[in-house]
Amino acid sequence: MRPLTEEETRVMFEKIAKYIGENLQLLVDRPDGTYCFRLHNDRVYYVSEKILKLAANISGDKLVSLGTCFGKFTKTHKFRLHITALDYLAPYAKYKVWIKPGAEQSFLYGNHVLKSGLGRITENTCQYQGVVVYSMADVPLGTHILLRYKRPEIGDSFANSSQVQLKKKKKKCLHSGKHSTGKNLAILT
Amino acid sequence: MEGQNVEELLAKAERDEAEKLQRITVHKELELEFDLGNLLASDRNPPTGLRRAGPSPEAELQALARDNTQLLINQLWQLPTERVEEALVARLPEPTTRLPREKPVPRPRPLTRWQQFARLKGIRPKKKTNLVWDEVSGQWRRRWGYQRARDDTKEWLIEVPGGADPLEDQFAKRIQAKKERVAKNELNRLRNLARAHKMQLPSTGGMHPTGHQSKEELGRAMQVAKVSTASVGRFQERLPKEKAPRGSGKKRKFQPLFGDFAAEKKSQLELLRVMNSKKPQLDVTRATNKQMREEDQEEAAKRRKMSQKGKRKGGRQGAGGQRKGGPPSQGGKRKGGLGGKVNSGPPRLGGKRKGGQHQGGKRRK
Repeated sequence: MRPLTEEETRVMFEKIAKYIGENLQLLVDRPDGTYCFRLHNDRVYYVSEKILKLAANISGDKLVSLGTCFGKFTKTHKFRLHITALDYLAPYAKYKVWIKPGAEQSFLYGNHVLKSGLGRITENTCQYQGVVVYSMADVPLGTHILLRYKRPEIGDSFANSSQVQLKKKKKKCLHSGKHSTGKNLAILT
Repeated sequence: MEGQNVEELLAKAERDEAEKLQRITVHKELELEFDLGNLLASDRNPPTGLRRAGPSPEAELQALARDNTQLLINQLWQLPTERVEEALVARLPEPTTRLPREKPVPRPRPLTRWQQFARLKGIRPKKKTNLVWDEVSGQWRRRWGYQRARDDTKEWLIEVPGGADPLEDQFAKRIQAKKERVAKNELNRLRNLARAHKMQLPSTGGMHPTGHQSKEELGRAMQVAKVSTASVGRFQERLPKEKAPRGSGKKRKFQPLFGDFAAEKKSQLELLRVMNSKKPQLDVTRATNKQMREEDQEEAAKRRKMSQKGKRKGGRQGAGGQRKGGPPSQGGKRKGGLGGKVNSGPPRLGGKRKGGQHQGGKRRK
């Protein structure tokens, strides 16, 4: 377990900033406690200082997880954001998309969302923007990239409008990692 | 009258003189002690005036300082003077006060190997002369050092000794021997130094060949040998099938796990600030789209006016500016990013405009 290097921090921040923009500094600098990012086995964990001090007492090979996993660094050092980060990203999201109940299930199973499944969308969302997807009951479902979206102008018929495609990152109930079952599970939250 | 004036002037002059004299003479019960080399004057008079002064003895202190300084300067004026580059300079005597040490006393160094041995054996250093008579050059030369008396590397004729190989270079042999002696001396000096500073020299612990070394030890010795060249191993060739050593770089150093949290936070915020400042404030596509859209609208408005005029000329008045697909240029929900720019779907940079035809919304595809 170790803190992130400058380069790794930069890569991770760039990824997260796609979804929450400058609200990222609210994650870094919190009024209710000191939270920090730590790297363990290529995964980045967002953990409070108190929990970090407890986790330091567990040896590295026995430690499975601590705090919240935000994502992992791949073999080529790119950062991949995980669904477990959603609880921290959703409140700070800049661009939000609400999808209708019918499309919700399809989305959760990994399909793209068409424009017909779109309920509401934040203003000013431009193409390729990172958005957070909500259900109509304001439950965050996942994060995505807005692929193709043409806002309807007054005077256009719906026949002209193109599809809205959202790249998927669905919410899974279990976090399936590559941890072997032989380890003593020590998950600190 | 004049007499009176003259008298007055004289009296005044006398009074001035007396005042001046009064100023430069200071009466002290005990004379001061002067150390002019350090520009020091010590006053041993009891400070009764200061004690009487009370809570704020500022005036008394100032008077005391003035008096003592006056006395010191009087003494300085009595020193021998000389002229240095148009300035009159007094030459100060040697300082008499002994100042305390600036740095702490040096701790005793450990003895070198030779010194230990000499102490053990009771060898005293023999007093030797610095110069020795050199027959060869016919002059007094140093015992050791530059142009010493008996330098065997400088001989021009060497007899080959009885049992030596006739093809051996005796001159080179002597030079080589000298180099080895110098290297040995240097090594011993460094060892003494290391012992004095309690440091360790980089050791050649497992590098001497014993014939019973493991593969790892041999590998290590080979690596060290490879790097021990003047170019630090850069131009050493490898065997045909030898692979480059892995992990011979420096081990990466990471920040400690519980470093200074505040410092970590600060550096991360700084990184974020830099990241945000690098992002361009102006979205180029949006700006160009907006610009093109405005131009379109202007053209549309102009065309409408022309058509209106034409129709009016023909007798009919056209309806207002309602055209198919004409987008509202104002009002409504402005979904612009910055400064009210409107996003018109997929970016169309430098799009070709079909002149003369008003195509409305479809054109944005």
